Amino acid sequence: MDKPTIELKLPVIPDMELIATHTAELVGNHMGLTEEQSAEISMALIEACINAFEHSLSNNNVFIHFIIDDESLIIKVIDQGIGFDKSKVAIPKIENKLAGERKRGWGLELIKALVDSVEFESNEDGTTVTMIKKKNI
Amino acid sequence: MNDFKIVTKQVNDVIVIATEGYLNNIGGEQISTVCYEKMSEGINKFLLNMGGTKVVNSIGVSILIEIIEKLQQVDGKLGYCNLAPIVNKTFNIMGITKYSTVFEDEEEGVKSL
Repeated sequence: MDKPTIELKLPVIPDMELIATHTAELVGNHMGLTEEQSAEISMALIEACINAFEHSLSNNNVFIHFIIDDESLIIKVIDQGIGFDKSKVAIPKIENKLAGERKRGWGLELIKALVDSVEFESNEDGTTVTMIKKKNI
Repeated sequence: MNDFKIVTKQVNDVIVIATEGYLNNIGGEQISTVCYEKMSEGINKFLLNMGGTKVVNSIGVSILIEIIEKLQQVDGKLGYCNLAPIVNKTFNIMGITKYSTVFEDEEEGVKSL
């Protein structure tokens, strides 16, 4: 049987990521996740959405799937953008950011720190970020 | 959709900026505008009371890094108080708490900065 799944379609409009976080909170409540777990999911989701919006063309949509598993919540953030090469994304360090011109570039690092596992599949047709948050730590 | 607001006051030699709403790029720029304006007047201590901000994004926080960089050049200080746990965690992951300080509340922040 298919796992229960909630699907969202977000237009590339500023702050649409907040709609995703509201849904994440509701799903988290339904699954009995702690407030801390839900907040971590929301923060990771915000970063994944921002990346998806930046990679996407303005007339595309970003799709989010919340898949409810027995032991975990699986979230897929899917864009139809230009893709990116993860190996070319530098690991951010605060010391370098303070000294350098570019202060941004923290999204992937935050996502990795806030969920239990994350996978990126990317090509010229788009990117899918799959994040897993386990129910019990 | 996001209605970020700030309220600014001065307590002794500290500018206290109370934030409300989602700290994104627009919110970050509102904060930096106030900080740079006050720095041009010679005030270099800032306390962000973030009790009204439950969500941030890394772009908004990156603007705080820019403020920290500018404050370092004039021996200034940036602090935060009333942080939501996830905001505190985000600041720690990004490392900004090495170069700015988290306080429990406004009173402690103003006294210690």
